Amino acid sequence: MTGQTLSHNLLPGEDILDIDPHPQTAGRQARPLRFITCGSVDDGKSTLIGRLLWDTKAVKEDQAAALRRDSTGKQNELGLPDFALLLDGLQAEREQGITIDVAYRYFSSDRRSFIVADTPGHVQYTRNMATGASTADLAVLLVDARAGILEQTRRHATIAALMGIRQFVLAVNKIDLSNYDEAGFQAIARSFREIALSLGVRQVTAIPVSALKGENIVLRGDDVMPWYSGPTLVEALEKATQRTGQTTGFRLPVQRVSRPGEGFRGYQGTVAGGSIKPGDSVVVLPSGVEANVKAIVTYDLVRNAAVHGDAITLVLDRPVDVARGDMIAAIDQRPMTGRAFTARLVALSPDGIVPGKRYWLKAGSRRQRVMVRPTSALDLSTGNWDDATFLPVNGIGVVELDFEDTAIFDAYETNRDTGAFILIDPETFNTVAGGMIDGKRSKSGRFDALPDADRATITLPARLIEAFLKTEFARAHAGEIKVAGPEETEE
Amino acid sequence: MNVIEHGRGKPPLDPHLKALENEAIHIFREVAAEFERPVMLYSIGKDSSVLLHLALKAFHPGKLPFPLVHIDTGWKFPEMIAFRDQVVAKHGLDLIAHTNPDGLRDQVTPFSHGSARYTDIMKTQALKQALDIGKYDAAFGGARRDEEASRAKERIYSFRTSDHAWDPRNQRPELWSIYNGMIHAGESVRAFPLSNWTEVDIWRYIQAERIDLVPLYFAARRKIVERDGMMILAEDKRLELLPDEIVREEMVRFRTLGCFPLTGAVPSSATTLDEVITELEIATVSERQGRAIDRDQSGSMEKKKREGYF
Repeated sequence: MTGQTLSHNLLPGEDILDIDPHPQTAGRQARPLRFITCGSVDDGKSTLIGRLLWDTKAVKEDQAAALRRDSTGKQNELGLPDFALLLDGLQAEREQGITIDVAYRYFSSDRRSFIVADTPGHVQYTRNMATGASTADLAVLLVDARAGILEQTRRHATIAALMGIRQFVLAVNKIDLSNYDEAGFQAIARSFREIALSLGVRQVTAIPVSALKGENIVLRGDDVMPWYSGPTLVEALEKATQRTGQTTGFRLPVQRVSRPGEGFRGYQGTVAGGSIKPGDSVVVLPSGVEANVKAIVTYDLVRNAAVHGDAITLVLDRPVDVARGDMIAAIDQRPMTGRAFTARLVALSPDGIVPGKRYWLKAGSRRQRVMVRPTSALDLSTGNWDDATFLPVNGIGVVELDFEDTAIFDAYETNRDTGAFILIDPETFNTVAGGMIDGKRSKSGRFDALPDADRATITLPARLIEAFLKTEFARAHAGEIKVAGPEETEE
Repeated sequence: MNVIEHGRGKPPLDPHLKALENEAIHIFREVAAEFERPVMLYSIGKDSSVLLHLALKAFHPGKLPFPLVHIDTGWKFPEMIAFRDQVVAKHGLDLIAHTNPDGLRDQVTPFSHGSARYTDIMKTQALKQALDIGKYDAAFGGARRDEEASRAKERIYSFRTSDHAWDPRNQRPELWSIYNGMIHAGESVRAFPLSNWTEVDIWRYIQAERIDLVPLYFAARRKIVERDGMMILAEDKRLELLPDEIVREEMVRFRTLGCFPLTGAVPSSATTLDEVITELEIATVSERQGRAIDRDQSGSMEKKKREGYF
């Protein structure tokens, strides 16, 4: 196993759509790729992750020795330790034999490093998956080659897409137990691609694998699957793109005001969109005061530019009133500000989300009171959004948010950093929901204010219609949406 | 005021390390802004050295808006204490060293009480005392998720009850990079800016940023003795040799630093950072292999953490 080298040829896999033909340069010249694995114990998920860690040598000898000690009699037929024990770090899990929470694993190939959010397959999977998916660039969905696509697969794909993941890898596991059946694999890949497309995900790579035997995970399985010419799992991960997708202008949520003395006043935060350079004009929100950037200070250098992701200290050219929770934004590409928004929400707490209850909402560095009113909930088995006024734990719903003072957001679709928020229960202080902003709401835009709520007409500029039709929501409701040119519009 | 630039002439970080650095700085600033009395746990080791460097970056051009606490068991390597004092002087830090007075009174040593009880009294209880004395509501630590299985599931904000206990089954979900810092009176968080770093990342960062380290991390001829399958440094008079133990000199270094009687050296010829990194990349054992306290009971680390260990 250790004597073989990895093949890094970019193979023209027929199951790859839209893969970036110019992947980021080799080695540590890229940020770590974050991905989530979805599947149940039965699908062999622990074995798959264990295999990834084992074959990339992320597991060291003493850890393996501890595994062997703990897994007496549980070694598999290949003489390898029980990978599930490696992953299930907590005693409670070992005792119950289940994975109860999100665990993070780290491994590297020669070309890239990876952070895996390993989430449980069944119990409370929605909230744990949502947590893992919130920071993931890609989702690996695992199915058993003999069982094919299950309702669970569809659910996992739906949650991943909802959280904004736009790249899927389908690992068709236990392919050895299906006698390496190519036709069976192709049929599973085809039906999965349809599901993915219905969710607006076009980057799909399907890979036949045996996690137990280590085929097409890190090392190729050409001997047993000569019919498969696509990438191994690790190759697919190496080629994946990062979910930067920030299409907004400059955003700096202010975390702290730094006043070390002698007239220095800097605003510290992490750039959450766009880029900035000295001389650029910015607006401070919610006050609306305008200023120009004087300097971008870091410990190393006073810089001539900063981009998305950089932790900086910004100095402005005039004394303005800026506090933690404010946002400094590009003057010509401002975020939405207002007191009423709509959002999609994943309920994380056992109490669910109660209509009319006031929560704390935290987005970036800004925390404020909000009233939350669920209007519909997603039925994961049908994919339909049904009317609802309450969201139980693990429920996914559309909600209306009403603030007492100005809130500042971008749509999650356009900026994950400035479009995401959490809800905090005002009594327990627990994090009870994760939310994604859809847009701003105005009184006239409320559907319940329309005379006939069954069918309404919205007119949009053509370019916005195109963007709207590409959204996951529009794709999920393609059958219900009618697009008409101006001459056909019913007034 | 004149803003000092510390990175003149230094090549920029690669995108991988830059992303990890940005994340850590973000966490530092968020905790410092949201909590009333933050503190940083400083253990003098390589991870603490990286943590301190990141803290200095996060608050530049200002000073650290919190003190450092060092839990001194009295059994640290002497070179560690000398290094600590140098670092404090160099950066003008506010450092509080705390030793458990009960343990001192009862003459608790790794030899008299065994590693598990000694660690509980001189590290876990001492840490709780120090946090209680300072009424700290947030404590930065250098723990990484790749170190040990129970840490793989720990959040970046890890909540502790007023007794400093951790409940791994009742952790708050942590989505995106939005951290919930709301706590009730008496509760606290341990915040881990290095959660997503691996051991190799730490070393690469030390190299790229030219961070000073305790010399024990680099190979040198040192006096050692074999005990319980570990190579223990035999330079302190308090180490009483057992009848069949022989002190010998060997080229060794330490992959982690703790209390010298409980920390094993590894044979190594790596005397420079480059050589240490090369050695790591072909290493087949994990760094905690040299730590006796992880192995004294099954599920050891989780148990210690539930009781308040860092």
